[in-house]
Amino acid sequence: MLNINKVETFYGNIQALRGVDVKVNDGEIVALIGSNGAGKSTLLMTISGVNKAATGDILFDSKSIANLPPHDIVNLGISQVPEGRRIFSRLTVEDNLRLGASVNEKGKNFDQDSKQVYDLFPVLKDRLSQRGGTLSGGEQQMLAIGRAMMARPKVLLLDEPSLGIAPKLVNQIFSSIKNINKEKKVTVFLVEQNAKKALELADRGYVLVNGKISLEGKGKDLLNNPDVQAAYLEGGK
Amino acid sequence: MGKDLIQKSLKDSLFTGIIALALFGPIVGLRTVAKNEVLVVEPKWFVVLLIVAFCAVGRFFINIYSYKKEQRRGEPSSLGKVISNFLDEKGAQIAIAAIAFSVIFPFMPFADRYWMDIAIMMMTYIMLGWGLNIVIGLAGLLDLGYVAFYAVGAYSYALFAIHFGWSFWICLPIAGLFAGMFGILLGFPVLRLRGDYLAIVTLAFGEMIRILLLNWYELTKGPDGLTGIPRPSFFGLPFKRYPDEGVETFHTFFGLEYDPMQRIIFLYYLILVLALITNAFTIKIRRLPVGRAWEALREDEIACKSLGVNPRNTKLTAFAIGAMFGGFAGSFFATRQAFISPESFTFIESAIIVAIVVLGGMGSQTGVVLSTIFLIGLIEVFRDFESYRMVAFGGAMVLIMIFRPRGILAKRKPTITMGKHG
Repeated sequence: MLNINKVETFYGNIQALRGVDVKVNDGEIVALIGSNGAGKSTLLMTISGVNKAATGDILFDSKSIANLPPHDIVNLGISQVPEGRRIFSRLTVEDNLRLGASVNEKGKNFDQDSKQVYDLFPVLKDRLSQRGGTLSGGEQQMLAIGRAMMARPKVLLLDEPSLGIAPKLVNQIFSSIKNINKEKKVTVFLVEQNAKKALELADRGYVLVNGKISLEGKGKDLLNNPDVQAAYLEGGK
Repeated sequence: MGKDLIQKSLKDSLFTGIIALALFGPIVGLRTVAKNEVLVVEPKWFVVLLIVAFCAVGRFFINIYSYKKEQRRGEPSSLGKVISNFLDEKGAQIAIAAIAFSVIFPFMPFADRYWMDIAIMMMTYIMLGWGLNIVIGLAGLLDLGYVAFYAVGAYSYALFAIHFGWSFWICLPIAGLFAGMFGILLGFPVLRLRGDYLAIVTLAFGEMIRILLLNWYELTKGPDGLTGIPRPSFFGLPFKRYPDEGVETFHTFFGLEYDPMQRIIFLYYLILVLALITNAFTIKIRRLPVGRAWEALREDEIACKSLGVNPRNTKLTAFAIGAMFGGFAGSFFATRQAFISPESFTFIESAIIVAIVVLGGMGSQTGVVLSTIFLIGLIEVFRDFESYRMVAFGGAMVLIMIFRPRGILAKRKPTITMGKHG
């Protein structure tokens, strides 16, 4: 479904991705783990078209999307939940959702789509007229995921959904991600620092080190891999 | 605690006094006077002393005041908050009352020529403020060259009306169209810029248009300006005492005595309607996808991109629509003055319009009205003390920034609410 071939991305002269190969199949949950500065967020931003790949190609349903502008990529069915949630804090929850639907034929199916989001996150329905900035961190993350779902994506890119959220809510958010994948049939590509949680959830996983994929495999295999444990999981301590 | 505060404030006001002395000592204190055809320096230390004392004492009280404010933070006690709460509750009634007052204003007993002229000028600035509010308040793009669109509107109206003899109602949309096109023209190069850099480029754009108007003599007659711009007619009925042969005028058609005020009153209603259209348009477009995208773009551009909002088109529409209303206001200005020159479109005009939007509280439509009345009213009140006008203007801005740092009506309400939940 999503095929990333030897992608290299630069910030000015600094190379962030050094030839990344990642494959995400239809219906999978794929996790990408790695330390700070490994290039995880850069890879997601490159898929979304906010950063451009200098070399290499990104195929979505075997069509190249590497040179498309971000709004066309969202239109094709790849939505991103950016790191740090980036909700519009001075707009209402409803406005945030409506903005997520802005590619969906200018929000024609807003009622129907928003109902799906409320099914996932019932708390949002109670907060519709509240400003985004007044929500708790976990609720903001739910809003950010719900906002991305409003575009009816085929692939959902999630950047650190557990960042800065109470542990109790982290579990809830991870189970919603599973729900989105299983019930709504949305393919998920997940970037996480919380390697244990991410690999438990994922069908397959990749490890990114200094802009290169160093390991890949089934989620469970990676969890038990001694190198991964040493570097990213508590077991290595 | 209290003693400590007073000590600190005293120290601070001492520094303020020293700075004021350094500044005003040479500027105010040493004045050159011509005596017996020789320039003599005449010291004016008493005036300097007064100014320094004023600055120091003022600083002292500001310190004490802002300390107190910190203590009662969160309490809705300041005057501005009371006003904005009151406007929230009674907003609709007040708006209707204000519009009703504006409609009957020309027939008030005190509404003579002088008051009508001020009212028309205020309405023009309110319309410009509302137009710029789309760009600054909604889309969050700080545009310091808004006067350029005002100028483009005025000149395109004037040129079409003079050379082709087209009526106001044909030229008005053309002027808006031209200004909107210039908005897109400005929009393209500044798409990648943000904040300060955007402000600098828009400022330069405003100056470029003015200098272009000044130097393109064949088209604009440069500094001489354009004269003989046709006055608007009342749907084909001119306001003239002695019309051309066979032309019916406004006063003969309605069987009235000729009165030059008729034209003024008509102009007043014209700008009132144009301003209200601007306002209604802004309120409406805020609820449409493009308006929502503007507000989202103001908040977070990357989030917008990741949601599939096209930032290029969104910014360009904001520039174009804001510019279009500037163009409408410009063509009104041209038809009212019947004479325009680049003199009328200097940077200070842009600055006043930006000040109106920012002092009103960015994004607040009512705030624009309040700050226009305040700023333009202030300038008018000080008309007799010409040289102190700008001092009062600057002083007023400083005061507002101290007491209402985010504008007179800073509280921004969510645009859409769905009633109460939970």
